[in-house]
Amino acid sequence: MAFISVFDVIGPNMVGPSSSHTAGAVSIALLAKKMIPGNIVKAEFVLFGSFSKTYRGHGTDRALLGGIMGFGTDDLRIKNSYELAKQAGIEFSFATNEIELDIHPNTVDIQLTNEESFSLKIRGESLGGGKVRIVRINNVEVDFTGEYSTLIVIQNDRPGVVAHITKCLADSNVNIAFMKLFREDKGAIAYSIVESDEKIPTSVIKEIRSIPNVHETMLVQI
Amino acid sequence: MDFKTGHELLSLCEQNNDSISNIMRQREISLTNATLEEINARMNKAFIIMQNSVHLPLTEPVKSIGGLIGGEAAKLRETRRKGKSICGTILSKSITYAMAVLEVNASMGLIVAAPTAGSSGVVPGLLLALQEEYSLADENLINGLFTAGAIGYLIMKNATVAGAEGGCQAEVGAASAMAAAAATEMMGGTPRQCMHAATTAIMNLLGLVCDPVAGLVECPCQSRNAIGVTNALTCAEIALSGIEQFISFDEMLETMYRIGKRIPAELRETALGGCATTPSGCEKACGIFGGCQ
Repeated sequence: MAFISVFDVIGPNMVGPSSSHTAGAVSIALLAKKMIPGNIVKAEFVLFGSFSKTYRGHGTDRALLGGIMGFGTDDLRIKNSYELAKQAGIEFSFATNEIELDIHPNTVDIQLTNEESFSLKIRGESLGGGKVRIVRINNVEVDFTGEYSTLIVIQNDRPGVVAHITKCLADSNVNIAFMKLFREDKGAIAYSIVESDEKIPTSVIKEIRSIPNVHETMLVQI
Repeated sequence: MDFKTGHELLSLCEQNNDSISNIMRQREISLTNATLEEINARMNKAFIIMQNSVHLPLTEPVKSIGGLIGGEAAKLRETRRKGKSICGTILSKSITYAMAVLEVNASMGLIVAAPTAGSSGVVPGLLLALQEEYSLADENLINGLFTAGAIGYLIMKNATVAGAEGGCQAEVGAASAMAAAAATEMMGGTPRQCMHAATTAIMNLLGLVCDPVAGLVECPCQSRNAIGVTNALTCAEIALSGIEQFISFDEMLETMYRIGKRIPAELRETALGGCATTPSGCEKACGIFGGCQ
């Protein structure tokens, strides 16, 4: 198990009523928001398991909408997020999937589209006590929590790409806490996920993107 | 500096002749990049949210999202103010505050999960009632929150605080143990007495099921927070009187965890048993969502 801080016990500071169904939902949606650049114009949510059954009574829907507008778990605006999302011109929808059962009980799929029609789909799990993790980006299985500064690189599955990424990070003096590699298929698209204790400077992104085998980067700062 | 069991925590306290709260502070500082000032400031922020959440429903009662609770704290205060409380001031205040926090929580207000949202009334309920009754300094209460954090950390690490995994004993039981240890330290008890108080608190609530009506954090959660705070006060008094438990805190956690695993799934936050499936519970659930399972 990861490090448990005193503030994981006396905390999170949060809008009720449920750490898993409300605070966790905010955190997943906030991570998704940080992964997509620009203004979000459309958000589609699919709720699974316990989320799909009890989301209204736990304000899970309002929490998710609040998260994609950048609200934290303790932001009282969450209660009015339907109205606020409409005012912000965000088109949103909620659907439930009660057929797929072989997944974590508190799971949500979030598809976000920005003003440049760039779209991103992520799957998040709320693990309890406000702890969350992202387990899928587009169609690739991944695993990160957002508790560290996280760099996500979408790249071709070719020799030397990971070495290039780590060299760029080393040149910028970034200490890697964890690094994981995921891929769709052999030789296809791969995802590198780098987690660091410190902020990852945005300047490193330009360096990483300088080779053709790197398609996309996302930076989620703590 | 770190500790992984109650035994290790107590050894650290006794070797350093220091309180549980200070050992927990040292752990936090040594394992994160934070300074003492930063962690105290952060805990102070939690304390302010707790103060607001125990007081808000007394003057502004709100209905919960599911409509099952709302207004209880104001009624309890009214009883006390009329001189009709049969619990006496400290207990009356404790249960009023604990139930108040659950009202705030169930209406999407701001609370501090301690350790969970469903059990968030117990720690602030007892600590703030004690502070008022015994005119304790804010610093003393902040110490209490670090002590509560130490106990809760050990439960999270070695057992669970998730109702879905361990039933309500893991939520209100854990919160009660946290509050009992904190109260013991705040009222001048030794670290050893704090551990006895926490052990007794868990022992008294072993096997408590999690059976929320309509799956909501409303009923029976709110009144379970009241029993959590009552139990904590009782266990602190027992420990402060020098009464010891021969079963250790670590043993108690292990048995709580094992019991949690053996509680049927229907009674672990699924709303498929217990209060949730009583005829009246089902009727309420149908009224809320317009659909019955």
